[in-house]
Amino acid sequence: MSQEIVQLLVDIVKLIIIASVIMGIFTFILLVERKLIGRFTRRYGPNRVGPFGLLQSIADAVKMMLKEEMVPGHVDKVIYVMAPGMALMTALSVFAVIPFARDTVVLPLESLIGFSVYLTPWVADINVGVLYLLAVGSLGSYGIILGGWSSNNKYSLLGALRTSAQMLSYELPLGVAVLSVVVMTGTLRVTEIVEWQTQFAGLAWIVFLQPVAFLIFFISALAEAGRAPFDLPETENELIGGFMTEYGALKFGLFQAAEFVHAMMFCTITVTVFLGGWNMPFLNEILNIMPTPIQALAPVLHLGIFIGKSLAVYCSLIWIRASVPRMRFDQLMAFCWKWLLPIALLNLFATVMGLAITAELLGLW
Amino acid sequence: MELTIFIIVAVLSVVSALGVIFNKNVVYSALFLLVNFLTIAVFYLMLNAQFLGMVQILVYAGAIVVLILFVVMLLGEQLGEDISSWVTPANGVIIVLALILLTIIGTAVTDYPTTGAKGDFTPELIQEYGQAEMIGVTLFTDYLLSVQLAGVLLLVGIVGVIWLARNDEQLPATGDVPTKEA
Repeated sequence: MSQEIVQLLVDIVKLIIIASVIMGIFTFILLVERKLIGRFTRRYGPNRVGPFGLLQSIADAVKMMLKEEMVPGHVDKVIYVMAPGMALMTALSVFAVIPFARDTVVLPLESLIGFSVYLTPWVADINVGVLYLLAVGSLGSYGIILGGWSSNNKYSLLGALRTSAQMLSYELPLGVAVLSVVVMTGTLRVTEIVEWQTQFAGLAWIVFLQPVAFLIFFISALAEAGRAPFDLPETENELIGGFMTEYGALKFGLFQAAEFVHAMMFCTITVTVFLGGWNMPFLNEILNIMPTPIQALAPVLHLGIFIGKSLAVYCSLIWIRASVPRMRFDQLMAFCWKWLLPIALLNLFATVMGLAITAELLGLW
Repeated sequence: MELTIFIIVAVLSVVSALGVIFNKNVVYSALFLLVNFLTIAVFYLMLNAQFLGMVQILVYAGAIVVLILFVVMLLGEQLGEDISSWVTPANGVIIVLALILLTIIGTAVTDYPTTGAKGDFTPELIQEYGQAEMIGVTLFTDYLLSVQLAGVLLLVGIVGVIWLARNDEQLPATGDVPTKEA
């Protein structure tokens, strides 16, 4: 086998591992969410299955799988079956460009197969990575829209309509907020944005330099992922279940998974773009004075930090869900177009002006 | 390898384009259009134009088709007429005119090959500076006038939409809000 084919196989294996790990984390995070929501509302949350209710998610998954897979007679069958998969696939494919650590691990296999195998901590490091994030993220609404339309049910259709309007609108402030980060770091490569944040002993997190962009991004990401207080696609008190009213069994489970993975995806993007990625302040400086065996552990450490940060951001989503009531639809749209987008544009303008003035003062032109 | 991928994607592209036209259900047509846009993005990627490819997905696949679906859902989908009803004399004339137009365009393209941006844009150079930077610099120096014209055009479109959507008629007064008698 040639080196290229081996690297290709390594990439495919990495993709499979990432997808399965994320689905594993999803079951865990579902439990965390239910537990935390319980605590926020002065309940215990699930605590019957296994010690501390730890096996609850597994029990739920088994239940979903054992239920009868039925397709209602009045739906558009092809799209009805396709929609949950589309929703999950687009959410999962974003993880391809996220760097989970700094160092590429080299497996010295020269004696065995004649060349070394490189294990990069990302699947693809493309030079338009940020655009890829936005592009694939923008495809995420299809699953919901098509699921709602194909159900042939007025409540589902209303949910789908709301979703398409909401996601189209909130993509704009999201993109503009990321754009001001791109202008600042001067690169569209995701790995380079994370590298940029390791300046000044890892203190140059973009959230400190671009707090407005961070807030706008975070709010828009909540809306894009359909999380509370922007969970208008399903609004169980007015639309029954919104776009997933007609879904049951594993297809319903896939929609649920897609929703959570979508939220997790925005958490990882937030961490990567705004919160320093795999880095912690002073981490590299401390690692540099450590003996070599500890330095070799850096990828594991980075991965741990990355997952920890993502989970922390996710917990803040749960906190928001428990504290903020849902918005009305007209409020939602007015908020996006009258507040978020103008502020995001002003922020972009201020960033560009600030950079230009700094460059002028420092004589960098 | 590259040729194989190209053939697969090209066949997919043509089939999906035909699917857009020959499907009677508007939503299916929109979905075929989505597939078509994605295959075009793959073409851009194969031509080493990652920026264009991603923008193609972001704008066309991510926004335009969602808008189309939105409008279709809002208006309620209607099934199109049968393909057999397409065979009319008027459509025949249209086909002939379209073929003539295509011939003229094809001749123009082959006889007067369009030149790309000025400068020495090798793949290595693009790799070094990044595609977005190169495109940005070219757009805002050599092609500034076209960019600004496009901007004005879009602005006119937005103003026009606001003019059309402006609500002249006042809603009829609903009277006092009924209150519960004590």
